[in-house]
Amino acid sequence: MAQMTMIQAITDAMRTELKNDENVLVFGEDVGQNGGVFRATEGLQKEFGEDRVFDTPLAESGIGGMSIGLALQGFRPVPEIQFFGFVFETMDAISGQMARYRYRSGGTRTMPITVRSPFGGGVHTPELHADSLEGLMAQQPGLKVVIPSNPYDAKGLLIQSIRDNDPVIFLEHMKLYRSFREEVPEEEYTVELGKAAVKREGKDVTLVAYGAMVHTALKAADELEENGVSAEVIDLRTVAPIDYETVLQSVEKTNRAVVLQEAQKQAGVASAVVAEIQEKAILHLEAPVLRVAAPDTVYPFSQAETVWLPNHNDVVEKVNQVINF
Amino acid sequence: MKRSLENIENQFEMFQILNEKGEIVNEDAMPDLSDDDLKEIMRRMVYTRILDQRSIALNRQGRLGFYAPTAGQEASQLGSHYALEKEDFILPGYRDVPQLIWHGLPLYQAFLFSRGHFHGNQMPEGVNAVSPQIIIGAQITQAAGVGIGMKKRGKDAIAITYTGDGGASQGDFYEGINFAGAFNAQAVFVVQNNRYAISVPVEKQSAAKTIAQKAVAAGIEGIQVDGMDVLAVYAATKDARERAINGEGPTLIETMTYRYGPHTMAGDDPTRYRTEETDNEWEAKDPIVRFRTFLENKGLWSEEEENEVIEQAKEEVKAAIKKADEQPKQKVTELMDIMYEELPASLQEQREEYEAKESK
Repeated sequence: MAQMTMIQAITDAMRTELKNDENVLVFGEDVGQNGGVFRATEGLQKEFGEDRVFDTPLAESGIGGMSIGLALQGFRPVPEIQFFGFVFETMDAISGQMARYRYRSGGTRTMPITVRSPFGGGVHTPELHADSLEGLMAQQPGLKVVIPSNPYDAKGLLIQSIRDNDPVIFLEHMKLYRSFREEVPEEEYTVELGKAAVKREGKDVTLVAYGAMVHTALKAADELEENGVSAEVIDLRTVAPIDYETVLQSVEKTNRAVVLQEAQKQAGVASAVVAEIQEKAILHLEAPVLRVAAPDTVYPFSQAETVWLPNHNDVVEKVNQVINF
Repeated sequence: MKRSLENIENQFEMFQILNEKGEIVNEDAMPDLSDDDLKEIMRRMVYTRILDQRSIALNRQGRLGFYAPTAGQEASQLGSHYALEKEDFILPGYRDVPQLIWHGLPLYQAFLFSRGHFHGNQMPEGVNAVSPQIIIGAQITQAAGVGIGMKKRGKDAIAITYTGDGGASQGDFYEGINFAGAFNAQAVFVVQNNRYAISVPVEKQSAAKTIAQKAVAAGIEGIQVDGMDVLAVYAATKDARERAINGEGPTLIETMTYRYGPHTMAGDDPTRYRTEETDNEWEAKDPIVRFRTFLENKGLWSEEEENEVIEQAKEEVKAAIKKADEQPKQKVTELMDIMYEELPASLQEQREEYEAKESK
């Protein structure tokens, strides 16, 4: 076992799969010699050579299209989109193309592509560097969308994503990259896609979260416990497809739920979770299911982001509302 | 201060071997093709012209769906295809169904593609191609990727992709040829410049005098070819293919051509944007007429032979339509099954609903 940050665990996952499968290719803007702007690919080019880990021209649509072409030649591409706000440049390659290839080809072609990208707010970036766009991705049939909340999951989920024969959007919250270390096995292991994790057991209310919001939920749960409220915290880990079974089991036990997302409230993953809960478990509910989310503006100028982003106080407040309903 | 534009543009003279009268005007460039090859090229062009006429008729009878007419573009489509090998990978635009057929896609499947049945998109084993791309230009970045992959694999093969003059305005066109250049991809990019992107004339697409010159910015070879001259298109593609495989880089080929018919059969009316005069001017350059003259002068082609091909095409179209008619209807549940390798739980739930609906 080694102590790793999330970004080290991510690098380790790519190293593992580059070793395991010669068809795995890692590429993107600055990922070669420079090791990526966040150092996610640190040392990989040196270890595996320029043929397998390489820089691309600065053009996201080209990176997306090239990934598809390489997949058509039997490779297993792991492209990086330098910041997920740049995904708009390659929306056709992702949603119009790779997500649809299996279907379009009548099941004769696969797109085993893992698009990795940093996202998420709170690190004072310029515009279009911090947006939470997982809802946009999750709406596209054909894609899987994976968001780890910790180093252990990051490694296991990324290895599993690279091995998956369907395209995966793998989103890495920037604030989690180096915020803490934990024990991560040096050997290979996988974490199943589409499976949520119960991060903390509780009996009064279910908090559903993913990415950095898992930590917000856990912090709120600590505070709530001091006031005698026992919160269960679920980390979705994959937001497409969502593990509703785990969510529903928990809600049927606690009879109350609050769903968290860092993204704006409109549309999105939290709304889908709320809808599913009311479709499947309305008779178990003692209170409406509430959401904690950011307001419906574009991601704010960095000086306003601390207030704009949902925090643990918002969670405590919503939990108190559902407890006292 | 040295200005470069004029110098660059003047280098892109149209490459021609066979002129409108069917005379060889560039003996040195004459490709090494046997008499059998020459006859086969003619056969394919005549066959494809008949296929186009039949497809238009079938569409009007309501027996085909989406169809983009091909008449006028046979030399561009089939001359470039004749330069390929089976190992080469085709990424076509929506008008490029003939290349797929000659690459091995059975005719009845081409009809199923037109009708919107998924079996039409299932390339048979060993047919190195994907189904026609609908998004203009998306295939170009993908072709760069296939060509890069072939280089990594050490294959003696190329990726070839087709688009039109409108496609050369897309960002993906520039990104695709630029990536191909940067990675020295084994790729050939064919732009069939048929003068109109639906209705917008090429002069309004770009200030560039040629599309071929756009290759210069990407640092790759570019050539403008008479797209009504099947020998020139063949020779240019053959040369581009060989250079790509030899590691000498990708090529952009602009073929100067014309589509006689509408953009698609879904209501486009070319009289709104083209004159009869222009139509006639281009029909005088017809690829089949000039190639027929050339072959007849060599004593290689006769009316009987042409009629034989026409009859064969008609028969095969009839048989293929019959086979397409016999294809079982597709089900939504079948389509759900090809969305992912494994059906997610939520889709499984929806599948059960549709299973019930479709078994009624």
